[in-house]
Amino acid sequence: MSAAVYKETILDHYRHPRNYGELPDANARARESNVICGDTIEMELRVDADMLEDVKFRGQGCAISMASASMLTELSKGKAISEILKLKKKDMIGLLGTDPGPARTECALLGLKVLKMAIHSHLGTKMPQESEET
Amino acid sequence: MLEETAMALNINKIRADFPILKRKISGKPLVYLDSAATTQKPRQVIEAIERYYSEYNANVHRSVHHLSEEATVAFEQSREKFARFIGAKNAKEIVFVRNATEALNLVVFSWGRSHLRPGDHVLLTEMEHHSNIVPWQILAKEKSIKLDYVSVNDDGLLNWQSFEELIKEKPKIVSLTHVSNVLGTINPVRQMAQKAHGVGATVVVDAAQSVPHMPVDVTDLECDFMAVSGHKMLAPTGIGMLYGKYELLDGMEPFMGGGEMIKEVHLHDARWNDPPWKFEAGTPNIEGVIGLGAAVDYLARIGMRNVREHEKDITKYALGQLEGVKGLVLYGTKDMEKRGAAISFNLGDVHAHDLATILDTQGIAIRSGHHCAQPLMERLKVPATSRASFYIYNTRREVDILVRALETAGKLFNV
Repeated sequence: MSAAVYKETILDHYRHPRNYGELPDANARARESNVICGDTIEMELRVDADMLEDVKFRGQGCAISMASASMLTELSKGKAISEILKLKKKDMIGLLGTDPGPARTECALLGLKVLKMAIHSHLGTKMPQESEET
Repeated sequence: MLEETAMALNINKIRADFPILKRKISGKPLVYLDSAATTQKPRQVIEAIERYYSEYNANVHRSVHHLSEEATVAFEQSREKFARFIGAKNAKEIVFVRNATEALNLVVFSWGRSHLRPGDHVLLTEMEHHSNIVPWQILAKEKSIKLDYVSVNDDGLLNWQSFEELIKEKPKIVSLTHVSNVLGTINPVRQMAQKAHGVGATVVVDAAQSVPHMPVDVTDLECDFMAVSGHKMLAPTGIGMLYGKYELLDGMEPFMGGGEMIKEVHLHDARWNDPPWKFEAGTPNIEGVIGLGAAVDYLARIGMRNVREHEKDITKYALGQLEGVKGLVLYGTKDMEKRGAAISFNLGDVHAHDLATILDTQGIAIRSGHHCAQPLMERLKVPATSRASFYIYNTRREVDILVRALETAGKLFNV
């Protein structure tokens, strides 16, 4: 892997994360840490019927995890939650525009994991095993 | 230690012993600065393991045939070599385990479980590795014991006043790291052990980051138990050593049951073997022990005082060079007498993992993260740090490569 993983768009989202902060009227939330890095992401959602009306995230972590969460909130806002639950690893790599490599995949997927956890908690359904997600 | 005065290491000769140092990463020569995580292995260790498997592979302490005898002799010789290496009076004071973590767990769950009563205090420090915190927490829940922590000063040294305050609680155990895996701090174990013994405490030392890097003598340190990892001192992974004073080991209950650790077994009871075998249930990591013997030979030949002097030189040089990098924050003391060869730092607000990824593209291997020391990260008020750690094969030139790569990373992230 080369330093090219740190594309301008990634650094921009890291420096200026979109949809960052709290969502006071949220009706779903989740928080998760990445064991390897200690990165933490919390997401707050407002789900209306089957639609993700609004989403905000907060967290602490590396450029890959923060940028991917930021990009993910932009992509998923206004989408049907059934569509969001279908997002996979390849979609996150597509968003980032680069494959961060096996050592950093967890970072790239943390935001998606938290978003899905929040949706599942809202629906009262069980989060599937990670292996089925990738 | 045999040598009288310190001599400069012949780094080129040493480097030639480590096959992996010829590797290229991303087309660049490997700059391995992660020896505090695990060291690379010299061919002398690799060949010793190969020789065991190709010439005298057999189980130890079991069969009476020739191969088993050869393997047993080599196995027990390694124990004697390691005992000498750390100044233990008796090879029977060395128990082979998987790693320093298991050595600490053995002390907690054998000695700790039978000697601690509800309300007893155990004294640790804020700079412990998780392996010297979590086992105590598990036991604390089971036995309602209280864990106290000596605080850490901003300069990365232990707060002596905090230690003196907490020792008044008359802890039953004082368990601390000799050298911090994050800050590099060398703790004054001997002075602390004397104070601890003064209140009747048993002293446990996590020496995973000291024994590989400097002369360590258990008698000199006045400790009761000491935990060491083989793979951080040129030996293979999966072999660790617990030193314990013989009378303490003799009075302890076994940690695990099985073969080897018994003298006789009946259907409803058994008689334990003597230390150290009482604690070595099942077939041990024979290749690991034999590799350890070769590693100890290698380090003893170089001389641990020489190892320490080399590390002081390169660490001092690195601290000086790193200080010149824009936006770089160094953690830990600058006093070379009080620190080892691990340097933790952060570059501006660049996350340690991003930094490690960028350095990796230059062939530089460093560690990033919380280093299994989350309480210390909380104390430093950082989520993570990057860590460069040096060993006998590292050069000042490699420090220069690190510094240049950090400057490039700083530019990329606008530090």
